[in-house]
Amino acid sequence: MLAFILRRAGQGLLVILAMVVIVFFGVNVVGDPVWILVSPDMTQDQIAEVSRSLGLDRPIWEQFFHFVGGILQGDLGRSFVHGTPAIRLILDRMPATIELALVALFLAVILGIPLGLFAGLKPDHPLSRGVMAVSILGFSLPTFWVGLMLIMVFAVMLGWLPATGRGDLGSFFGITTSLVTLDGWSHILMPAFNLALLKISLVIRLARAGTREVSLQDYIKFARAKGLSRSRIIGVHVLKNILIPIVTVLGLEFGSLVAFSVVTETIFAWPGMGKLLLEAIQRLDRPVIVAYVIIVVVLFVVINLIVDILYSLLDPRVRLSGAPA
Amino acid sequence: MSSKAAPVPAAAPAAQEETPFRRFVAQFAEDRIAVAGLLVFTLIVLAALLAPWITPQNPYSLAKLDLMDSRLPPGSKAGDGFTMMLGSDGFGRDIFSAIFYGLRISLAVGAISCLIAATVGMTVGLIAAYAGGRVENLIMRLVDLQLSLPAILLALILVSMFGKGVDKIIIALVLVQWAYYARTVRGSALVERGKDYVEAARCLGLSHARIVFRHILPNCLAPIIVVATVQTAHSISLEATLSFLGVGLAQTEPSLGVLISNGFQYMLSGKYWISFFPGLALLVTIVSINLVGDRLRDVLNPRLEK
Repeated sequence: MLAFILRRAGQGLLVILAMVVIVFFGVNVVGDPVWILVSPDMTQDQIAEVSRSLGLDRPIWEQFFHFVGGILQGDLGRSFVHGTPAIRLILDRMPATIELALVALFLAVILGIPLGLFAGLKPDHPLSRGVMAVSILGFSLPTFWVGLMLIMVFAVMLGWLPATGRGDLGSFFGITTSLVTLDGWSHILMPAFNLALLKISLVIRLARAGTREVSLQDYIKFARAKGLSRSRIIGVHVLKNILIPIVTVLGLEFGSLVAFSVVTETIFAWPGMGKLLLEAIQRLDRPVIVAYVIIVVVLFVVINLIVDILYSLLDPRVRLSGAPA
Repeated sequence: MSSKAAPVPAAAPAAQEETPFRRFVAQFAEDRIAVAGLLVFTLIVLAALLAPWITPQNPYSLAKLDLMDSRLPPGSKAGDGFTMMLGSDGFGRDIFSAIFYGLRISLAVGAISCLIAATVGMTVGLIAAYAGGRVENLIMRLVDLQLSLPAILLALILVSMFGKGVDKIIIALVLVQWAYYARTVRGSALVERGKDYVEAARCLGLSHARIVFRHILPNCLAPIIVVATVQTAHSISLEATLSFLGVGLAQTEPSLGVLISNGFQYMLSGKYWISFFPGLALLVTIVSINLVGDRLRDVLNPRLEK
């Protein structure tokens, strides 16, 4: 078991290292950020001074080793634009993004499972067909388009929900969240739904497929023969068994929610780390881009590792098969 | 495909000999919605190709634009006298015309990036399946690594390296998508590699390249076509997303995504049409491609054959 975990962790580290190298060189080889940071009326000497103060005058490999050395001390470089440590900037924005992703996950579960369950139990019901059609649309609609439509309908036409920002308590970072105020909830509802749409579709499909499979099992027939009520059969015996794959997939998808929040946060002006990334790309604020990528890749690797370990605990075949997949 | 005959539709003229292609067409046509999707998509492609001849205004000829016409609601009369059916944007461009021209760019970027990605992915996937061993291991590790990260994140990282512009976006889309093709091709090529005809070709002393490209590849085409259809829709959507975020195509290359992005700032003041109609065009394009792709998956997948 320990050997399995160590091997997985080793692979994860390798992935992180590969991404650090690719992203650092990729981002730093293209273009010279000094020209974006200096004003046109600066003299040659002043420009050189700016370049020197940011360490941009040194050879690329020297910058790289300096950077790796920094990472080992928890320093991912300093933002060119804000002048503060990049990791600080990102960690400041992270709670807002995590909050959004968690609410999106919650929506995916409370909307997706009942709808999928229904579609699985009554596959020929017109409502089920409607649900499945919506889930297909959910897969093919671009996230940003749905966001626009949500704003158009609920913010502009109906005026029910605010279009941008985080609402009350939004300006406080740290553990404070906008989930404790009504205003905060009215702000988070649209972006979270927008972010969740893809996952809702996914959960609907998983729940439907699971329900159809489980309904045919002997233990369901037995439960029915025993005279259990319908609600108990569905609520306990079916639900419990379809939950396993759904929980696994949603665990893995949490990372992708964080990544997709770049789009949603930009549309709804949600002050999270996705919006920060986009601003950094537009201003060529390299340290922030590199730091964001590293943090997200680490997040992905850690989530995958946890899921792998849980899996191997649940299903010994995974770790006994030996060959590193 | 097996020799089991699919029901020949009554519409078939005379008693024609059943070829695989005819059977394929007949099966595809069984699903009305997919046929409708194909029809709509054909119309969209035609509209894009014929844009200069069927639009009332060339939205990129500065001489034709009049700032007096900007942000007019749908149905208004332009200074030139023609009716702006879908209104105009902040530059005084007719939205209807801009959509047609935008479709050209969106479709071209999607199609070109998919074609290149398919070629690269197919080659790499075939090499992996045929060579086996270390080469395969290395390639598939790379594919796994790439597919474990969401496409949008990868695309954002790549555009942050390359910058804006059609060529750069196409390169980024290719790099994001080749892995899907490589994985698909490797999967089916592995199956084909073990079959007798490959053994026979090898016994005949044919060159590796000939075996791979003339014998194995044609038998792997069905899943590739399915992936290519779905990925084209995906790449159009991805390009639109990047352009909407302001990191995709430049203002001088106004794809649908750029048009939607331009209108976004006016949306909160109730001028919905600048973003809404290009968005609708994008949506119809993507959905119609996906409908066709879904049907192709059903028809071309031998495991699902009745």
